Amino acid sequence: MISVGARAATGRKRGRKRSPRPIEVQFRTIVSPHQLNSRWGRRIYWLVLVTVLVVFTLAFVFPLYWMVTGALKTPEELAQMPPTLVPADPSPDAFFEAWDLFDIGTLLVNTAYYSLGGWVVCMAVDVSAAYALSKLRPMFGGLILGMMLATLMIPAMVVLIPLYVTVVDLGLLNNAWALWLPAAANGFNIFLLKRFFDSIPRELIEAAQIDGAGPARILRSVVLPISRPILGVVSIFTIVTSFKDFVWPLLVMTDSDRMTISVGLSQTAGAVTQNQVMGGLLITSIPMIIVFFIFQRHIMAGLTAGSIKG
Amino acid sequence: MQILRRNLTAYGFLCAALACFTVFAWYPMVREFILSFQKTDLINEPVWVGLDNFRTAFLDPAFGQAWLNTLEFTFLALLCGYAVPFVVALVLNELRHARAYLRFVVYLPVMLPPIVAVLLFRWFYDPGPGLFNQVLDFFGLPPLAWLDSSSTALLSLVIVSTWMNMGSATLIYLAALQNIPPELYEAAELDGAGIFKRIRHVTIPQTRLILLLMLMLQIVATMQVFIEPYMLTGGGPENATVTVAYLMFQNAFTLQDYGSAGALGMMLMIVLLVFAAFQLRLTREDKA
Repeated sequence: MISVGARAATGRKRGRKRSPRPIEVQFRTIVSPHQLNSRWGRRIYWLVLVTVLVVFTLAFVFPLYWMVTGALKTPEELAQMPPTLVPADPSPDAFFEAWDLFDIGTLLVNTAYYSLGGWVVCMAVDVSAAYALSKLRPMFGGLILGMMLATLMIPAMVVLIPLYVTVVDLGLLNNAWALWLPAAANGFNIFLLKRFFDSIPRELIEAAQIDGAGPARILRSVVLPISRPILGVVSIFTIVTSFKDFVWPLLVMTDSDRMTISVGLSQTAGAVTQNQVMGGLLITSIPMIIVFFIFQRHIMAGLTAGSIKG
Repeated sequence: MQILRRNLTAYGFLCAALACFTVFAWYPMVREFILSFQKTDLINEPVWVGLDNFRTAFLDPAFGQAWLNTLEFTFLALLCGYAVPFVVALVLNELRHARAYLRFVVYLPVMLPPIVAVLLFRWFYDPGPGLFNQVLDFFGLPPLAWLDSSSTALLSLVIVSTWMNMGSATLIYLAALQNIPPELYEAAELDGAGIFKRIRHVTIPQTRLILLLMLMLQIVATMQVFIEPYMLTGGGPENATVTVAYLMFQNAFTLQDYGSAGALGMMLMIVLLVFAAFQLRLTREDKA
């Protein structure tokens, strides 16, 4: 990749305009629009563009293509060397077999239940906490927020074992609350929500107070409607994170009829044929790919909102 | 009276979060400390054993190897996972076409559950009909043993890890690059700075904080690497991919020795806290 970058950088120097259709530049970056639209600049630009497109497609789309076609091949065709680029006789049998063998129906319902339930619990807990810290400003509020943020410094793997021991002590193994409650103790969500609530003008809250609204009413009718963007971002990240989570559900959801889809796949993958594994993986990926298609903007906005200003 | 009422309502709203944090975040931190000085298997009453757990952890033949592997993994993961996204972001930021597609595609693996990426790559790494050896074969290169050889196993894990994680770093860098004021580049250009000088004297200083922050974040994240060795190699071959987190997991959930796992956890935490503290200082600097 470095050599591609270097070529991109050095190449677009000097040259002169002979441009039937100039490359549009909306914002200035390292390479100036003038250089970019010079003769050599254009050539190298297109070369780099094509290289990047090909490399990215090979690196990130082709593995998924291989997964899909792998599921459509027979085990014999999968073992064949060299492999076929397109399945000779595509058959969706592996999907149905995978569905039955992995019991994907149950696993998907479990995972959806854990994700959506976790989302409700997490939002209820974190939104009310952030509201209290931001607008009701209790004594020791700063200290509480600080201690909540401090948990972000503790690496997740390190608290895994004491957390597990705690959950065992509470008798919460194989109980959905063992997933939901630890997920609700999320300092980062509270931080993001509080920062957004802080930006809501005081006058708005005071006006509602004069109209006789209590704190719960203000939260419901003033704060929440204004905070839609941040609620959307936090919601998506909460749901996606819990859908993707592996290690924690692996520890606390051990009954085979209560597993999440990730854990279920990992347990059965050794015992079935490769095309069935690929079928299972594809079915598992589809919900997240759909979520990404629909909420792409929110996800990308949330990514940068959280990390740059965090 | 007014103040008392306001505090009561506030704590009413806070109580659920306080309960969650107390039981599932703050108490486990304390418990981790206690655990590392106790012998406990979750069946019998825990017994205080002083520093025994640390001794057990030290005397484990895999202990040194696990730390070496973790450091090597972190180093390799930084080499790929840290430099590649920045260079990719630099190039993407220069492109004027297909931006949405490229951004979508680079983030796609991040959306997939890690188990999908890991199982997919386990198949690619298959020494026989696996995709990678077939590609090598196509170019007339000798096949590699990938996960089955102690010399390539760790690198194979780094490749999976980079593939499934680089999207977020790339997009974060891309956003940072777009925040650089264009005047700086124009000024640098007027002063006669070439492309590389512009990168060195404008781009990197302007993104310095985010670069440092991401460095710390990635060190902390990669030092906890677990799912890759757990699913792909089981620590082998010949302990070549045993990481500290993996060893911890083994001690706790295979050997039921939660105490020595706790001791390992304490050591890992101390190392990571140093990085985390550094990161906190950088965040402060960012806000100032």
